[in-house]
Amino acid sequence: MNAVTTPATARELTTYVLRLADTSLVLAQRLSAWIGHGPAIEEDLGCANISLDLLGQARLLYAYAGELEGAGRTEDDFAYLREECDFLNATMAELPNGDFGQTIVRQCLLDLWRLELFEQLTQSTDMRLAQIAAKAVKEIRYHGRYSSGWLVRLGDGTDESHQRVATALVMLWPYVAEWFAEDALEQALAERGVVPSVAAVQAGFEARLAPILRAATLTRPSNVDYRWFGKRAQHSEHLSHLLAELQSLHRAHPGAQW
Amino acid sequence: MRPSVPRVQSLKVYGAIAMTLPQDWALYEVFVRAKRGLDHKHVGSLHAADAAMAIEHARDLYTRRQEGVSLWVVKSADIVASAPEDAAAFFDPAEDKIYRHPTFYDIPKDVETL
Amino acid sequence: MYTQGLLEAPPKAASAVEDSERMAHFQARIDAEEKIEPKDWMPEAYRQTLIRQISQHAHSEIVGMLPEGHWISRAPSLLRKSILIAKVQDEGGHGAYLYSAAETLGIARSELIEQLLSGRAKYSSIFNYPTPTWADVAAIGWLVDGAAIMNQVPLCRCSYGPYARAMVRVCKEESFHQRQGYHAMLSLARGTPAQQRMAQDALNRWWWPALMMFGPPDTASQHTALSVRWKIKRFTNDELRQKFVDFTVPQAQFLGLTVPDAQLHQDEDGHYQTGPLDWSEFNAVLKGNGPCNAERIAERREAHAAGAWVREAAIAHAAKRAARAVA
Ligand SMILES: [Fe+2]
Ligand SMILES: [Fe+2]
Ligand SMILES: [Fe+2]
Repeated sequence: MNAVTTPATARELTTYVLRLADTSLVLAQRLSAWIGHGPAIEEDLGCANISLDLLGQARLLYAYAGELEGAGRTEDDFAYLREECDFLNATMAELPNGDFGQTIVRQCLLDLWRLELFEQLTQSTDMRLAQIAAKAVKEIRYHGRYSSGWLVRLGDGTDESHQRVATALVMLWPYVAEWFAEDALEQALAERGVVPSVAAVQAGFEARLAPILRAATLTRPSNVDYRWFGKRAQHSEHLSHLLAELQSLHRAHPGAQW
Repeated sequence: MRPSVPRVQSLKVYGAIAMTLPQDWALYEVFVRAKRGLDHKHVGSLHAADAAMAIEHARDLYTRRQEGVSLWVVKSADIVASAPEDAAAFFDPAEDKIYRHPTFYDIPKDVETL
Repeated sequence: MYTQGLLEAPPKAASAVEDSERMAHFQARIDAEEKIEPKDWMPEAYRQTLIRQISQHAHSEIVGMLPEGHWISRAPSLLRKSILIAKVQDEGGHGAYLYSAAETLGIARSELIEQLLSGRAKYSSIFNYPTPTWADVAAIGWLVDGAAIMNQVPLCRCSYGPYARAMVRVCKEESFHQRQGYHAMLSLARGTPAQQRMAQDALNRWWWPALMMFGPPDTASQHTALSVRWKIKRFTNDELRQKFVDFTVPQAQFLGLTVPDAQLHQDEDGHYQTGPLDWSEFNAVLKGNGPCNAERIAERREAHAAGAWVREAAIAHAAKRAARAVA
C-alpha cells in the first residue's frame, strides 16, 4: 500500500524525500574531497566507498522525488539546477571537512542519526520509502562502524588527537538540534506513519551515541539554543560555495548530455 | 630475504603509556572466500593499526566488486612459513609414493563400478 | 611506462660474489616460466629492479589519483561523479596492491612513500600534465588507462609472483577505466559544439604524452635486455607503442576526432605510422620540469603530513588497548 493518497501528502512527501536526498548528496560531495588526500591510502578508499553509497542513496531518492512531483525532473535536475535556497539538507552535512578528526566527528554524528532514522523508515507505510531505506540502512550501518571506530581511536588516541576531536565535537554539536526539532511537515507525515516520530529517532540516536562517546573518552556537549534549519533551506555560508563548485560545469552547458 | 623491519621513531609518551612508534601500521595478510563452499584464498596485504581496522580495510580494498562473502585478516608477523631451502626435504619424499594415487592401479575394464 | 624512471637509474650490476650456482638455478627457474616467490633466493639486482619498478608503478597510481580527482567535485552528472569516484578509488587500490607486492621484497611502505615524497623516486610523467577541462578526465581514461593496459597485461606474466598476481587484479579493473573514459569521450564527441571542441582539445594535448608513456625508442633504451631475460618485461617499448597506435587511431576516427599528427598514415601492412615524437619534452617532464611536477608532489606531501597525527593516534590507541587487555 502506498500512503500517498492526496496531492497535499505527495507534496509533503516530496519535500521530505528531498531533505533526505540533499543530505546524502551534500555529504557525499564533502567526503569525496578526501580521495587522494586521506591520512592513509586505505582511508582514501574507505571515504570513497562511503561517498559512493551516499551518492547512490541520493540518486534513488531524487528519482522517487521526481516521480512524486510528477513534473519530469531528473536526478541531475534536482542536483544541478536548484539554488541554494531550494536545498533541504541537514546543515551539518554542508560544513567544511576541516581536519580528518572534524570529518570523522561530522560523519559519526550524521551516521548514527541516519542509521536510527533509516532503520525506522524501513517501517514506513510508504512502500517505496521503506524499500529505499532498507537498502540504505545496510550501507549506513557500515558507515557508522567506520566512523565510530575512528572516533574512538582518535578520542582515545594521543593527547593531540583527543584535543582535535573534542574541539570538533563542541563545534559541530549545535547542528544536531535541527534533526530533533520536529516541524509541521514531519509531524503530519509521522501521523500517517510515513516517517518515524522525531522523538523516537532522537532516543535511538542518543542511545547509540553514548557508548561511543564513552569509549572515545569524550563528553557529550550540552545543547545550545540556536538552531540551524537547513531542512527548511536556511543554510550556513558554506552551502553556496559547495553548490557553486558542484554545479559549475553542468550549468555552463545548458541541456548538454554527459 | 631481508625481513621488513618497521623503522622506529623516537620514544613518545601518551598519558601513562610510553611506547615506541613504528612508522607503518602493522602489515596484515588478507584472505577472501569468493563464495560459499570455497576456501578462503590469499589475495594480498594491507596496513592497519588494529584488527577492526584491518577487517574494514580488507573490505574496502579487496571486495569493491563483490569479490567475497567472508574475510580473514592475519597479522603477517604471525604467519609461520616453511623455508624454500627446506622444500626438497619437505615435499620431494612424496614424489615416489605413486601408489597413493588412484591412477597407479590398472583395473580390468570389466570392473565397471570401481 | 609507469616505471620509466628505470631508464635513468639502472640497477646496480649483480655483485661478483653472488653464488653462480644459485644464479643458474634462478635463471633456469625463470626460463622454465616458473614464478619467483618472496622467500626464494634472487640476485640482488633482480630484487632492486623489482623494488624500483613496482614502487614506481605504485607511486604512479597514487599520484595518478590527483589529476582526475580534481574533477570529482565538478563532475557534470551524478552518474559521472559516481563513476569517477569509483575509478579514482580503484587507482588508490592499485597503489595499495602494488605497495603490498613491493613489501614482499623486504622494504616497508613508509620507506617507499618517503622516497616518493622526498623526490628520490619517480612516477609516470603522464600525471604531470594538467587537467584543465572535463574532457581531460575522459581522455585520461581512454588514452592513459588504455596505454597502461597495453603495458600491464604482459606484466600479469612477470616472473615475480606477487607482482604478477597484483597485476592480474589491476588489469581486471583497468578495462572499466578505459571503457568509461571512451564512453565519456563519446558523449562529448556526440554532444554540443562546445563539448566537441573540448574533446578535440583534450585529444590534442594527451595524444603525444600518451605515446611517450611507453618510454624511449628501443634504440635508446639500454636496460630492456636484462629485464627481458628476467621476464620482468616481455615486449619492447616500440612494440607496445605500435600496438597502442594501431588500436587507438580507429577509435579516434570513430569518435570523429582528429589525431594531432599530420604525418600519421597507414603502411602497407596496415600499421599506423606516426610522425616523430618530441623526446626533449618527455625528458624535461621526466627531469621534473613538467607543468605540474611540483604541484603533484606538494599535494601528496601535504596530505601525508596532515595525516601524521591520525596515523599516530591509531597506533597509540591500539597500544592502549593492548595494555588494557594485559592489565
Ligand atoms: Fe593506472
Ligand atoms: Fe591503475
Ligand atoms: Fe586505471
